[in-house]
Amino acid sequence: MLIYFLRRLLYVCPVALGVSIICFLLVHIAPGDPLTAVMAVDATAQEQAAMRAAYGLDKPLPTQYVIWLGKAVQGDLGKSIASGRPVADEVVRAVQNSLLLAFAASLLAFPIGTALGFLAGYFRDSWIDRLVMSVAIAGVSLPNYWLGIVLVIIFSVTLGWLPAMGAGAGDWAWDLEHLSHLVLPAITLAVVPIGIVARTMRALVGEIYSMDFVQALYAKGLEPLDVLRHVIRNVAPTGLSVMGIQLGYLLGGSILIETVFNWPGTGFLLSNAIFQRDLPLLQGTILVLALFFVTLNLAVDVAQAAIDPRIKRS
Amino acid sequence: MLKKALRQASFAVALPFALMLGASGHAYAGGTLRIGMTAADIPLTTGQTDQGGEGQRIMGYTVYDSLVEWDLASADKPSGLVPGLATEWKVDEADKTKWTFKLREGVTFHDGAKFTAEDVVWNLDKLLKTDAPQYDQRQSAQGKSRIPAVASYKVIDDYTVEIITKAPDATLPYQLSWILMSSRANWEAKGKSWDEVAKAPSGTGPWKLTAFVPRERAEMVPNVDYWDKARVPKLDKMVLIPLPEPNARSAALMSGQVDWIEAPAPDTIPAIKGAGYTIVSNAYPHNWTWHLSRLPDSPWNDIRVRKAANLAIDREGMKELLGGLMIPAKGFFPPSSQWFGKPTFEVKYDLDAAKALMKEAGYGPDKHMKVKALISPSGSGQMLPLPMNEYIQQSLAEIWIDVDFVVVEWNQMINLWRAGATDPGVQGAMSINFTYFIQDPFTGLIRHLASELKAPNGTNWGHYSDPEMDKLFSEIKNTFDPEKQDEVMRRTHEKFVNDALFLMVTHDVAPRAMSTKVKGYVQAQNWFQNFSSITME
Repeated sequence: MLIYFLRRLLYVCPVALGVSIICFLLVHIAPGDPLTAVMAVDATAQEQAAMRAAYGLDKPLPTQYVIWLGKAVQGDLGKSIASGRPVADEVVRAVQNSLLLAFAASLLAFPIGTALGFLAGYFRDSWIDRLVMSVAIAGVSLPNYWLGIVLVIIFSVTLGWLPAMGAGAGDWAWDLEHLSHLVLPAITLAVVPIGIVARTMRALVGEIYSMDFVQALYAKGLEPLDVLRHVIRNVAPTGLSVMGIQLGYLLGGSILIETVFNWPGTGFLLSNAIFQRDLPLLQGTILVLALFFVTLNLAVDVAQAAIDPRIKRS
Repeated sequence: MLKKALRQASFAVALPFALMLGASGHAYAGGTLRIGMTAADIPLTTGQTDQGGEGQRIMGYTVYDSLVEWDLASADKPSGLVPGLATEWKVDEADKTKWTFKLREGVTFHDGAKFTAEDVVWNLDKLLKTDAPQYDQRQSAQGKSRIPAVASYKVIDDYTVEIITKAPDATLPYQLSWILMSSRANWEAKGKSWDEVAKAPSGTGPWKLTAFVPRERAEMVPNVDYWDKARVPKLDKMVLIPLPEPNARSAALMSGQVDWIEAPAPDTIPAIKGAGYTIVSNAYPHNWTWHLSRLPDSPWNDIRVRKAANLAIDREGMKELLGGLMIPAKGFFPPSSQWFGKPTFEVKYDLDAAKALMKEAGYGPDKHMKVKALISPSGSGQMLPLPMNEYIQQSLAEIWIDVDFVVVEWNQMINLWRAGATDPGVQGAMSINFTYFIQDPFTGLIRHLASELKAPNGTNWGHYSDPEMDKLFSEIKNTFDPEKQDEVMRRTHEKFVNDALFLMVTHDVAPRAMSTKVKGYVQAQNWFQNFSSITME
């Protein structure tokens, strides 16, 4: 198992390097001047050149990349052009908020999605299956930012039950005031993963129940609950993998959801960085998110291998 | 038992504070005003703000003062300059580059330090002197370009400052109205670090910044010792919340999370009004134009075509499109401006006259004029650029002007505006749709059309050059009597209109939506506003 883990870890290094190159280049190929946000609108050509030199943007791209990466591996992601604050501080704060939101959305999405998927898979082709799949398809198909707006109109504007935006005043606390801010964005964010997890589980469960070994288990006289235990064990690796990807999606936060709810997470930070063309902030946030995905994939792979020895052997 | 003990303890703690407040003579009964800003972040707090006019309005003129300020007391007339931290100023009759500013005595910063002439010089060094210990690149980026006239400055005595300009320039007081005074003592106390000052800034303004979470929230309380007693805030607290997404702003207002939002999206206004909220608006110096290319190959060089385009737009129709939230342009300045003058060319909708002018210029159903226009899908102050530009496109099509759009992202648009009409990036566009801050002589008129400011050396995007106009600009700079300067401004604006130098379309009205609990707000015809008179019912 240790060798498997180390081998997977070795794969991560070139992937992380590739990711860093891509995210560095991506933000440079977009048209426009990254210093627009911080420069006076009528700054002279000389002032613009001086500012570019001050931010190191006058150097060739490879040099900029090497300097940026060198600092990044030491935890220094530079300073935000727009705010002047350290990018690392901004990203850490945003990641904390997104983790909180992702955690709340996961609490809703994974149990509900899994339960719905099992139900549909077990009662395949019945009215229960059709009903569950209709809900799941609706969840995946409805634009979730639209759903967010609808929820805001109903629960914030019309009924006045829940706040429409923000994460609450001051630092996060586990009190009613802050929790109330979490409800609508968490529900909105959970809808897509519920649909995806339910559909995946339904397909897996249906497939496994139709396999010969399940029939053999029944033939041996096992109780349905005992058979279910075997089914779960076979479903788990793929289920974990899907949930891992969804967790990454939840942490990245849908940019639109965090924007609709003014939730101060990574999605919101990214959208602001894009609109302000804040290159260091954009690069830092994308890098952290990409590395999170890579790490998450590693964790999921290792967990899958732990559950299913065939994966480790392959 | 515990509750009782706590209640008694809280009384014991609160009582001395209550007595202190009573002794200060300020009644803390105005409530808390929560403002949903359009900015994505709290504006720079150190003094010279970022985030454009909104930053200066909400973080600038609240926490800080400038030597010269805007009169924000009236909603009925355009604002003019009034004394701020300087009580009077004059130019030397023999040397028109030498100005003397007399400073207000008895003013203190929020940290208790006295405001003196040394502070003015220190603050100017903060922006202009790159080798000064207090030089701050971020503030300099925001402030330096606001005071292009300043060559040097020095302390004459504790309450007198001398400023020398590079050339005679009567617009200096307007320029200085941008420059905000931070506390030198606070900067020293914070280890000479602007990053630390940002967390606990100190100005002389009517509000003190007491709490600040980047991108989320800032809180201000009244400066009860403010030098202008008429402008000591009546509120207990003002809270600023960045809400860049217009629908989130509207929802925050209608769900009671904020009491006031800047710039509600036009399509949410009926719902906001329907829910019983108040929309306030007023004329203000901001226009929405097409800035025209005057390069040799531009068809806009023909005055008949320029006039025809201005006559082809039904601005009342566009007003409907914007839910009534615009003032149809009659010129480059709003009709109520003190600098509007009496132009002879009337900007109005007259399709027949427009067609006649186009025919005179050699165009007609069989010979269309083709132009490219640079536009952005969004952007600060751009109102609703896509539908508005399509409206213009259709209007111009009626007089045989075929418009192709070059659509670029807003930040790229700013770059192309700076680069000018000759830049390859404009892809041959012969106009750029830009909204302009037009509050003072320089930003209002000079910067757009002065020959020496042809882009990229300045923001004369279209490379317009006219000796007569340059002479007028020079006259503005050399007329030191404010009333006479106003007269020159009027003559200059008349030339802007009579020569139809821009496609003049609309003026924004700075709409704000607020709860009916907000009382006492007077919306000045200005980019900046006074929050001191407001109370919450």
